[in-house]
Amino acid sequence: MSDTTLARTAAAKPAFSLGRLLLEGRAFFALILIVAVFSFLSPNYFTVSNFLIMASHVAIYGILAVGMLLVILNGGIDLSVGSVLALSGVIAGALMQGVEMQALGVILYPPVWAVVVLTCALGAAVGAVNGVLIAWFKVPAFVATLGVMYVARGIALLMTNGLTYNNLSGRPELGNTGFDWLGFNRLAGIPISVLVLAGIAVLAGLMLSRSAFGRWLYASGGNERAADLSGVPVKRVKITVYTLSGMLAAVAGLVLSSQLTSAGPTAGTTYELTAIAAVVIGGAALTGGRGTVRGTMLGAFVIGFLSDGLVIIGVSSYWQTVFTGAVIVLAVLMNSIQYGKGARKG
Amino acid sequence: MTDVPQQKPDLAEVVLAARNVAKSYGNVHALKGVNFDIHRGQVTTLFGENGAGKSTLMKILSGVIQPTSGEIILDGKPVAFNNSTEARDRGISIIHQELSLAPNLSVRDNIFMGREIMGPTGVDFAEEERQARRLMAELEEDIDPLTPVEELRLGQQQIVEIARALSVDSRILIMDEPTSALSASEVEVLFKVIRDLTAKGVSIVYISHHLEEALQITDHAVVLRDGTMTAYAPRAEIDLEWIVRNMVGDNYDLGSPPEGHVFGEVALSVRDLTVADPKGGAFNVVDRLSLDLRAGEVVCIYGLMGAGRTELLETVAGRLRASSGEVVLEGREISHLSIAERIARGLALVPEDRQRDGLVQTMSVGENLSLASIASFTKGLFTQKKAERALIDASIREVTVKTSGPAAAIGSLSGGNQQKVVIGKMLATKPRVIMLDEPSRGIDIGAKAEVFKLLAEEAKRGLAVIYSTSEVGECLSIAHRIIVMHKGRISAEFDSNVSKEKIMAASGESVAA
Repeated sequence: MSDTTLARTAAAKPAFSLGRLLLEGRAFFALILIVAVFSFLSPNYFTVSNFLIMASHVAIYGILAVGMLLVILNGGIDLSVGSVLALSGVIAGALMQGVEMQALGVILYPPVWAVVVLTCALGAAVGAVNGVLIAWFKVPAFVATLGVMYVARGIALLMTNGLTYNNLSGRPELGNTGFDWLGFNRLAGIPISVLVLAGIAVLAGLMLSRSAFGRWLYASGGNERAADLSGVPVKRVKITVYTLSGMLAAVAGLVLSSQLTSAGPTAGTTYELTAIAAVVIGGAALTGGRGTVRGTMLGAFVIGFLSDGLVIIGVSSYWQTVFTGAVIVLAVLMNSIQYGKGARKG
Repeated sequence: MTDVPQQKPDLAEVVLAARNVAKSYGNVHALKGVNFDIHRGQVTTLFGENGAGKSTLMKILSGVIQPTSGEIILDGKPVAFNNSTEARDRGISIIHQELSLAPNLSVRDNIFMGREIMGPTGVDFAEEERQARRLMAELEEDIDPLTPVEELRLGQQQIVEIARALSVDSRILIMDEPTSALSASEVEVLFKVIRDLTAKGVSIVYISHHLEEALQITDHAVVLRDGTMTAYAPRAEIDLEWIVRNMVGDNYDLGSPPEGHVFGEVALSVRDLTVADPKGGAFNVVDRLSLDLRAGEVVCIYGLMGAGRTELLETVAGRLRASSGEVVLEGREISHLSIAERIARGLALVPEDRQRDGLVQTMSVGENLSLASIASFTKGLFTQKKAERALIDASIREVTVKTSGPAAAIGSLSGGNQQKVVIGKMLATKPRVIMLDEPSRGIDIGAKAEVFKLLAEEAKRGLAVIYSTSEVGECLSIAHRIIVMHKGRISAEFDSNVSKEKIMAASGESVAA
């Protein structure tokens, strides 16, 4: 018996295989390939300033993708993040324009920190709605978040009548300046948005690998029934991941509207798909239980560096869409090669 | 090994025969050289406990899997089926234990599923309906072929399965536990159908756990145990006792009730527990059941499929909700607590289906072992690697998991070792009461003995152990007390000196009219 076990394990792990290394580190090698090819094609690509600009673009997708990773690890999906991003931007924009309290006859101008906190709370609340629908009312994640996607987008359009808030810089005499800090400022030469992404990624990584919650999440995504019987609070885990995903969408919304110094209700359309793509390219399984923050970050950078690179060398944006799609299909194909064999063993 | 008895000469023609058929999965030998004959127009019943190899043998005969060695002889000529379609084309059909009907489709569509009769303008529904009506008339069942299958009673659905098999002119019909979900009157109908079929020359291979019921219908009996045929005889020469003796055997020792310790206080007490059918049926799967379990005591719950054992254990563990009654753990009522709170209080369940309910396949051996006791190695925000490693190592030693290490994939372990991981995971929570639902399911006899030995040792240290089984031999191992369940109630209670026949009789294995 013991021999069988050892033999089988050994068979599953050959000493060294180039194919296996390429397969497991595929997102990393893809990123290196992309950087190498574009550096060769354009002298402007391989410069620090370009990398920082591209990284600040990646930040938006990256923040969304971290939230999406949590949801996908749980075996779910969150289609509402693009709309929540737009709704958050619009709410932030509205708050920056001042809140008129008719009863008191005054207009309140909340300081920027309050705008940020309120917006994040709103995103979390929308995410919690998703979570409750899915965990307690057993609505399939795809359908629940699809519905919320429409509702959030609709509310954003209603609030602005389809228009865009263009003035987000605030006024010194009202004490609400500084909104553009998130999108424009740099700390030690690095854009704040990139630092925000790095902070979120590190926190999420620690949570997944070191906290009890992380273990609960991997377990309930891998086998919810077994996790439940082992005493994992599976419903609470579910609501928490959708709440976090909603909150991170709000953060992304803040970063985006700060970068653009405007907040429009149509921002972030199809960003949820980009986020899903980043997670999948990063090697996470859509069935849940498998995936890492590191992989997701690589996935986000692969997508970001690829599309920016195509812009730099002047390829049509239609081709960008084709390339991105091809990369996604390739990534999923590799995922099924990697996980397909393991799944059959069970 | 028991000598394979010589087959008695039989006048009826042999249509299908297995010669030295063996099947191995790696080092696991599911079948070890089985011989037997199926006679034209007669019923051959396969008897055997779970894991004896009955289903493997049936799958080989019907082409679903291929034997490792040996041959199948059809009408005197050796044949090899690559898949079940080839077997079906030669007149061999199988009706699986779980019905394979599409509930949303009509009876007609189900009968012709995958073999639709094509006319010039697509499927010839009129012809299909005509044939379906003829089949129903043949089976003397008043079912309209246009009724959706989901509207039929289970027994009628079984008839539809049979009609489907007959529609391809099956000469040999294999039925895997056809009566397990049927009511007594539906069983009568089925038996009548079987008699009609045999009268027309169809041969039936029948598998059932309802021994007396099977004795009513069968012409020949084949008994399997641990992949070997232990007996073969025509109906006239056998009785219930003969089957049980050959099925269970009396060689292998699964241990005896642990001795030399005094039982403690009542650890778990169930009072008038009633659980409604979780699938929405209008009956109770557990019906006003009461039982007490003392610290250090080992209790076995024996019962057939559907007796309510799993539902009882899952309700006590907190997975299912009771409609009334109470569960008391060490003097405290726990009915309102969540699964996690019950585990924290010292009540652990090892579920029946380890793939579905026990293991997280995406996690390693170590992560699975520590899953239920994460709180014990979490300090503040983070888990402590060292403490977790110590817990995992202790678990692997305690339940003797054979693995290359804690990081190994859970799928790399054998069934027995996977089961030990599930047990180890729950033991790591330091329970006061452990409940195991069919702990021996799908593991080999050596692992089975190790699992029981482990439980007996834990009981000596004061753990209250309750396990369920559908194999009577396992009741007469480490259990101090044997409780027999039938239709949600306790139908009998025995001490460890009872005979196998008495236990089986109390389980309702003699439901026949």
